Amino acid sequence: MSGESATRITPGNALRPEDVAERVAGGIKVGEDVGEYALRLGDDALILAQRLGWWISRAPELEEDVALGNIALDLLGHARSFLTYAGSAWGKSEDDLAYWRGEAEFRSCFLVEQPNGDFGKTIARQLVFSIFQHELYSRLIDSADETIAAISAKALKEVDYHRDHAIQWTIRLGDGTEESKLRIQAGLDSVWPYVAELFQDDELIERLDGVAARPSEMREPFDALVAQVLDEAGLELPDVQPAMTGGRSGKHSEHLGYILAEMQVIAREHPGATW
Amino acid sequence: MATSDQTAMGTSDKTPATEIGHTPEKTPWPLWEVFVRSSRGLSHVHAGSLHAPDAEMAVRNARDLYTRRNEGVSLWVVPASSIIASDPDAKGEFFESPKGKDYRHATYYKKSEGVKHL
Repeated sequence: MSGESATRITPGNALRPEDVAERVAGGIKVGEDVGEYALRLGDDALILAQRLGWWISRAPELEEDVALGNIALDLLGHARSFLTYAGSAWGKSEDDLAYWRGEAEFRSCFLVEQPNGDFGKTIARQLVFSIFQHELYSRLIDSADETIAAISAKALKEVDYHRDHAIQWTIRLGDGTEESKLRIQAGLDSVWPYVAELFQDDELIERLDGVAARPSEMREPFDALVAQVLDEAGLELPDVQPAMTGGRSGKHSEHLGYILAEMQVIAREHPGATW
Repeated sequence: MATSDQTAMGTSDKTPATEIGHTPEKTPWPLWEVFVRSSRGLSHVHAGSLHAPDAEMAVRNARDLYTRRNEGVSLWVVPASSIIASDPDAKGEFFESPKGKDYRHATYYKKSEGVKHL
């Protein structure tokens, strides 16, 4: 890269989706279990990215448009890497997986499908998901699967910022006006039924011992940090029953269909189009 | 799928906006000036401004707005209201005086004979 440009472009050692594609093209092939696990990781990131993208031009201030947009794009980057890798188990590309799978083939959790609601609800969802994802990637950097470890190492630094962003806003909304406190508390109450699903182990996790991070082990550090943040924000830990979920096995809430319709429409109307 | 349970769980689609109070009149966030240091050894340079509710969020917004293409290694934010600017109407008194005072430039002086390394 020449030094001609006014803006220096220095990607450093970060693993990009293109690098993962190169590895895959170079003959790396993953087993179906690892592929299935990478689908879970990629789908969570993809669906949340799609949700967050909605905020652009709608956030409370222009600066927040950019902040949420950046977070969405980071997540899209994780999704591209994980889906590219997952696809090698079935000879599919990231686009095949993102645009040509139906609802029941997605492995995303219920939480990321939940509607944005107001800014308070979106921040509540961000708080839960970013703390979970931080715990997840902090473990996956030691995964026995090198590609998953490398993608996670790059993603972890980004999620570190997502988590900070969500914590800062939770504290400000909780400790802000009467109205902001009501809204963030209502947001927490409405996303809380979907927390339990994030920490459920299943047979795939058992089979991928050493490769996958065990969800149930992440619950304790998650609860500890959430309690600390809510305490500082003057908010209550919601006392609600877990919702019926099943995202990891392809069962989804009524929201996913609409998200996919919007996300996939262009690719399906114009198959093979590039832009 | 889990539709009926969700409603029972009180997670209907209604946003709090329809349930909670009213939207209070919005006061704009204060303005902050952003300074970015592009690498070690250089000084911070004014990059632009932004709105943020407080100093901590201002640094974060600055990170999102002014360093997203790898432009910096350090950020300063300063409340715009803390900056004391020179008076644009006083350009004459402030900035015209140095004109014609070439002796303030090193190039005004001739190199003395026999001086090396200049």
